[in-house]
Amino acid sequence: MHELSITQSVVDAVTARLGEARIRRVRLEVGRLSGVVPDALRFCFELVTAGTTLDGAVLEIEEPAGSARCRTCGVGFETTEVLPLCGCGSADVEVLGGAGLRILAVETGNVVDVESEVDPCARPADAAGPGSA
Amino acid sequence: MCATCGCGGAGVRVSHAGHGHPHGHDRTVTLEVDLLAANDALARRNRGRLDRAGIVAVNLMSSPGSGKTTLLERTIRTLGGVSCAVLEGDQETLLDADRIAATGARAVQINTGAGCHLDAGMVARGLDALAPEDGSLVFVENVGNLVCPALFALGEHARVVIMSVTEGADKPLKYPHMFRTADLVVLTKTDLLPHVDFAVHDWADAVRRARPGVAILQVSATTGAGMDEWRAWLEGLRTHHGAPTRTG
Repeated sequence: MHELSITQSVVDAVTARLGEARIRRVRLEVGRLSGVVPDALRFCFELVTAGTTLDGAVLEIEEPAGSARCRTCGVGFETTEVLPLCGCGSADVEVLGGAGLRILAVETGNVVDVESEVDPCARPADAAGPGSA
Repeated sequence: MCATCGCGGAGVRVSHAGHGHPHGHDRTVTLEVDLLAANDALARRNRGRLDRAGIVAVNLMSSPGSGKTTLLERTIRTLGGVSCAVLEGDQETLLDADRIAATGARAVQINTGAGCHLDAGMVARGLDALAPEDGSLVFVENVGNLVCPALFALGEHARVVIMSVTEGADKPLKYPHMFRTADLVVLTKTDLLPHVDFAVHDWADAVRRARPGVAILQVSATTGAGMDEWRAWLEGLRTHHGAPTRTG
């Protein structure tokens, strides 16, 4: 399962850039043609991040579709297939995008309920706000 | 660098005002980091090191049991005048490295343990241990697996995907990530063709569907059929990448 290595590289890249900063949220791009399975990444994420600055962080994954161009008829189209077929019937198709595998952004801060921990205005027992009683 | 949000760290851009940050900093950090970048950088370093020594490296990938090691044994024994060395990737055991060492070639075993593929860092350490001669031909026998090794560049000059006639002609369509980056696809164990239900034409069509225009070879390490073409392909690769010409 190469997703384990990929998840480790998320932790490595984030800690290399952000040092000891606590990470609350991680946003990834995993293209539909990347060869990486988002569910497998989610499965590995909790395991790999345990005890790191990403421990407890929320993982969000964007999954853009691929783009391709037919070498036979020249038309461009979107696809989710690794081996796309052009509408003209040709399989001689160049895949141009959708193989991206990137960390887009992270959100830093206190992972343990930031609202109640550090915001003096927060009222944990009344999360729904005034007037809810 | 701030330990809460990382602002002040190298290459870090912080934006988007946050709520509740204890230091009053913003909190969303745009990274735009390629997840394979670290491996790719190590692979480029491996490639530079190989090029400087006039060494040509081939990454051999296949499912387990396709005959990679047997093909290598016969290749090394019959490639006169070319110094060969092998990095053997397997989860466990030294069995394959021992088989290669018996041919007289240098061999180093990389055991990945739970790992399902070789990465560029493993190959860098493997090359340290292997210490291949300048001008030699290095084979990297990846962990038997038609899925995971496809994503990880090692610094190789060519990627060869190997498949045997006992595996089913539709494999290139079932495992397209592996085949779509191949520089050469080799069908092994062709001496078994009379005994198995394997349509070579259908297989070749499937390979070309996954990788239009890719070179295809059919070999039997048992009978030697197709081995001349395989050796010629390796020689061509060495010539193309500027390795010393064969003298033997």
